[in-house]
Amino acid sequence: MSIKIKFTLNGNKVQTIIEKNWTLLYLIRKEMKLTGTKEGCGYGECGACTVLVNNKAINSCIFLAIRADGEKITTIEGIGFEKNKIDSVQKSFIDNGGIQCGFCSPGMIISAKALLSEKSKPNRKDIKNAISGNICRCTGYEQIIKSIQKVIKKK
Amino acid sequence: MGNTTNSNYITVMERYKTMNKFNFFEARSIEEAFLIYIKLKKNKKDPVYIAGGTDLIINIKKKKITPKCLISINNIKNYKCIKFNKKSKELTIGSFVTHRELENSNLVRENYKILHDAIKCIGSTQIRNVATIGGNIVNAAPSADSVIPLIALDSFICLEKGKEKRTLKLSDFFVSPNKTVLKQGEILTKIIIPKTVFFSSGSYRKIGYRNSMELPIVSVGVFLSLDSKMSICKKARICLGVAAPTPIRILKAEKFLEGGKITEERLTESGIISAEESKVRDSYRGKAWFRKRLISTYVKRAGLLAIQRIKNMHNKIKKEKLI
Repeated sequence: MSIKIKFTLNGNKVQTIIEKNWTLLYLIRKEMKLTGTKEGCGYGECGACTVLVNNKAINSCIFLAIRADGEKITTIEGIGFEKNKIDSVQKSFIDNGGIQCGFCSPGMIISAKALLSEKSKPNRKDIKNAISGNICRCTGYEQIIKSIQKVIKKK
Repeated sequence: MGNTTNSNYITVMERYKTMNKFNFFEARSIEEAFLIYIKLKKNKKDPVYIAGGTDLIINIKKKKITPKCLISINNIKNYKCIKFNKKSKELTIGSFVTHRELENSNLVRENYKILHDAIKCIGSTQIRNVATIGGNIVNAAPSADSVIPLIALDSFICLEKGKEKRTLKLSDFFVSPNKTVLKQGEILTKIIIPKTVFFSSGSYRKIGYRNSMELPIVSVGVFLSLDSKMSICKKARICLGVAAPTPIRILKAEKFLEGGKITEERLTESGIISAEESKVRDSYRGKAWFRKRLISTYVKRAGLLAIQRIKNMHNKIKKEKLI
């Protein structure tokens, strides 16, 4: 049961044939070969698979690929894509120890990006709320919150 | 041989996390959805409706259900909006409104604080961006967060099946865990919150081990209407989640509060009545005795917060008048 879909992936228009039972995560990792987005639990609990669909953060492991038809999807590879260098959020994560093992980082950065596109000056509570769906077992979250706060200060 | 065990492991993992094959249909109206449903049902394809799908897809992945067809009702535009009728003062929430839309709606944030309290603690931002309020109700989990405030607000729901429509009270909708009075092929389309009086407000509290992606140990919603002097309670609604097989109202405690003076002692008393009347059970999340204690404490606290909110609202309006 395959079907052809069109969507915008990281600014590029893409056409591809998918199976109806694929998740968006499967499409991104196995078909598009963009392995920056990770699969953690597979049940929408850990947030490692977070991507942006129309600038909204969603868990791609429980989002059907067929629903991506006609939508704008941004993965971690698409962050800071235009200038061909890393984004200010990514830089801040590197500088402040927000990245340790790195498995949660793509999801964390996407969640942070979604927050910053909604609110220009979020407070600590907003930040905690925004990354509440992302699990990190290394940093204890403190460095991640600090990284996001630093980005806001630089603005 | 090492290779084979390794690849076996991967296939097991893959099988565990991928879904069985199914067909997918997109419906543009309720009538169309029902027509597709009937057609597939005749061909024994056991169709299932899908809205946000954040619970359904997990269940398919865990092989709890294996549908052959999914009918997407997420893009039916008529039921994707929040409307406030200025004449009748009713709030109508379309069933396919996501939790995030409700959370960001000023209308809900200002006037329906009890609902806003509940919506913002559902899942995570990622889940709230996709999951719909209708889905949360139809799932009928005893712990469903959005259901408790909606029952406390005396909401009605509209169920549609082709051209047949019926409206019923939300509190009559649930039968047992994950079971409702929903008939085959029926779709929940609207949630109607009737007019709330001026001196009324409520609050909701979910008690769990962490803030997100967590099912509560118990959850408590209290909605109070006071008289214009803010001393006598005219109407009270006390609603508990995970305290019984379905979300329940504690009628005895409500009757105790109604008509009497509103004081901290009386709220404490109503909390104790609520704990006695609840049908909590032991589970790995919490023992029954612990849940009872939580209920008696949090009914009181939620009540106090509700009164505080009524006072704040009143003061705010007073100030505006002075200016």
